[in-house]
Amino acid sequence: MIQLNINGRSHQVDVEPNTPLLWAIREQVGLTGTKYGCGVAQCGACTVHMDGAAVRSCVIPASAAVGKKITTIEGLAKGSVLHKVQKAWVDHDVPQCGYCQTGMVMAVAALLQDKPRPTDADIDATITNICRCGTFQQVREAIHAAAKA
Amino acid sequence: MDQSLNLSRREFLISTAAVGGGLALGLQLPFGVNAAIAADVVPEVNAWVVIRPDDTVVIRVARSEMGQGTITGLAQLVAEELECDWSKVSTEYPTPGQNLKRNRVWGAFSTGGSRGIRTSHEYVRQGGAVARMMLVQAAANQWKVAASECSTADSVITHQPTGRTVTYGKVANAAGKLPAPDVKGIKLKDPKDWKIAGKSMKRFGAAEKVTGRQVYGFDLKLPGMVNAAIMECPVFGGKLKGFDAAKVSGMKGVKKVLRVGDTAVAVVADTWWHAKTALDALPIDWDLGANAKVSSASIAADLKAGLTASQAFVGNKSGDIKTALAGAARTIDAEYAYPYQNHACMEPMNATARYTPDKCEVWVPTQDGEASFAAVLEASGLPADKCEVYKLDLGGGFGRRGAFQDYVTQAVRIAREMPGTPVKLLWSREEDMRQGRFHPVMQCRMTGSFDANNNLTGLHMRLSGQSILASVRPAIVEKAGGKDPATFQGVAESGEHSLGYTFPNMLVDHAMRNTHVPPGFWRGVNINQNAIFLECFMDELAHAAGEDPVAFRRRFMAKHPRNLAVLNAVAERIGWDKPAPMGLHRGIAQMKAFDSFVAAACEISVEGGNKVKVHRIVAATDSGYAVNPAQIERQVAGSFVYGLSALFMQECTVKDGRIEQENFHSYNSMRIAQMPRVESIIMPGGGPIWGGVGEPTICVAAPAVLNAFFKATGKRIRSVPLKNHGIEMV
Repeated sequence: MIQLNINGRSHQVDVEPNTPLLWAIREQVGLTGTKYGCGVAQCGACTVHMDGAAVRSCVIPASAAVGKKITTIEGLAKGSVLHKVQKAWVDHDVPQCGYCQTGMVMAVAALLQDKPRPTDADIDATITNICRCGTFQQVREAIHAAAKA
Repeated sequence: MDQSLNLSRREFLISTAAVGGGLALGLQLPFGVNAAIAADVVPEVNAWVVIRPDDTVVIRVARSEMGQGTITGLAQLVAEELECDWSKVSTEYPTPGQNLKRNRVWGAFSTGGSRGIRTSHEYVRQGGAVARMMLVQAAANQWKVAASECSTADSVITHQPTGRTVTYGKVANAAGKLPAPDVKGIKLKDPKDWKIAGKSMKRFGAAEKVTGRQVYGFDLKLPGMVNAAIMECPVFGGKLKGFDAAKVSGMKGVKKVLRVGDTAVAVVADTWWHAKTALDALPIDWDLGANAKVSSASIAADLKAGLTASQAFVGNKSGDIKTALAGAARTIDAEYAYPYQNHACMEPMNATARYTPDKCEVWVPTQDGEASFAAVLEASGLPADKCEVYKLDLGGGFGRRGAFQDYVTQAVRIAREMPGTPVKLLWSREEDMRQGRFHPVMQCRMTGSFDANNNLTGLHMRLSGQSILASVRPAIVEKAGGKDPATFQGVAESGEHSLGYTFPNMLVDHAMRNTHVPPGFWRGVNINQNAIFLECFMDELAHAAGEDPVAFRRRFMAKHPRNLAVLNAVAERIGWDKPAPMGLHRGIAQMKAFDSFVAAACEISVEGGNKVKVHRIVAATDSGYAVNPAQIERQVAGSFVYGLSALFMQECTVKDGRIEQENFHSYNSMRIAQMPRVESIIMPGGGPIWGGVGEPTICVAAPAVLNAFFKATGKRIRSVPLKNHGIEMV
């Protein structure tokens, strides 16, 4: 049994310490907005924030998240008010199938926290999530729109 | 039956309303927010349309949403004829079981071949028009006036002579009791008059997708549910010999270790992570069979022999190619090759099944609910009235989730071993990579002949490689005398994939060389390789003739005005007649596929001879009609991600009979840094035939870039992926 702080709430989670944080979040806490795409930190679909930084939760042992503040996509909005990245995503009609988009949104939210007005080069260097539908053109537009919001 | 499985419409609405404003923590709904079952307590107007007293409209369509926007587009077409208030529209999927009971009123469920809109636009519009007529008749009856005196707009019926109005919601109940008018007498709107269709409406569901509320198959939760991880014999055709369950049955959470059919073994546990961990630790004994000797090299050698084989199926011919080649002043030839590729949907394959002797239910992201239904019938052994499939929106499909329902069969087989318990079967990415239904391998020998004046006198395109239909739809191949007509997509004599050139003497033929690797319909299907073979070789021929590649193509396009129009459109927009900006090099390609005409022109730079940056792509699409231009733009831009990932990075190689690539580190996909700027030209040409959008553009991505690479370096690259040539996308 370990204790995880997720979206401002404390959760007692019954997992082995080396269980990936992704599966603790999905299967123990029950938050399924964080997605499995590869399990080897390649695709970014599982991106969450750990103490404010974007991390790929599929390769982080749950035990390494103890004592940290975890934010998942479900905790990004303030109540019913969407985060500016989420809003830009809706305004620009970014998601296609949408499966990778929660991870993409989390990665971008962390980027904007770091660099409020990112350049295209900042985006290229930081946002490395895979999207098989190919939403990148709209993603880039929406990042710049969110930065201006 | 558990309460949450037997959710009534009312409960469903309350549940979704409760989470609508905030976040859905631990959402227990068996359906996605946008994928309610068609079991409304409010009576329907007709199969397509349900209108509630508050004027909200539910439009039911059978095709599947996997990111391509088809549900939004189809709803726009229904709403256009219905003349309802678009802001009040939502959609839901009917189930295959309901479709069966109602004499397939919703038509085909199959969502592939870019057919979602182009083959159902007529009956969905008729559905909307019929519903509108019934609503008007109900209002007219209420007012005791003639229906012809009433008009409709934005869900309001107006009696013109008196100005009386009533909303759809108020008369929907009465309308549903009226006899439906005969669709034969209905005149659908001229697209010129469209107000909802033809407009760039936002697709449904974006808010759910960016908040994590959207429930994918992977996310489904049912009370009492267990999770399964599976491994099928990695050598296709091999069998499961045995496994040592005792080694893992004591591991945490493990409930069952079981054989699934002849070829697979699964572990069932409380969580999927426990199931997967135990499966990874399970000693498995495979009977690999004779295919374990097959490798990429042995397959390539077999295909290579086909390039000069005497027997080949003729796909398209004109004139007399033999004489043309024999009498040529000179001939040039080139050999091309295209590899196996995996669809790599972001959401790996999955299905959830619950079986009892009286009922088998499956929840699945599927491109074809009826194919899933058929798989449930077969795997459960139950009759149709005891089976049902609930569709969920897909986390990508690309052709993997339509004709192939292997994951459904597996889930039902496992659920049969645990009657009453819902079993969620999830594939790992590794399983998804190993057990693809792969883009077929193909080699091609192109030969062109010129006379003494550099006129092209003949073209021979010899394909050698795998047939998809021989494996997936053998009856079609049998009927065609052994030929696979789909092999000739993009170079066919006629139809939705007809060749966009007329050559004086031409032969396109196919030496079929099938392998043990299961092929499938991979977004774009056979146009992907055919466009590379044809459009790169057209460049080679133009170069050999000392002519500009666009001018050279135009010589053979007099009878193909719509192909020519898209080619001209991209040439003009990119400035083909003027020199490219310093350091940039251009390439171009065109094709007709899925009844749409597409062309692309690109600008690339090449550093150090191998670092390719695609700066800009101009793409033109003539799909006859443009139901939602913004979604077409997104499909076109996304097509370049799919097509260029395939060109630069993707190959599934075979070693010891199995696919070697197991995850994205060895089967890569483009990232945002590599994304070119895409400019779409949407130029619907009208006419009786509607074209598809999801697939055609993919095929022009690769040849346009390959032709630009030649322009930049003087090197012809004739096999995919470019990583095998040391070329990378930056």
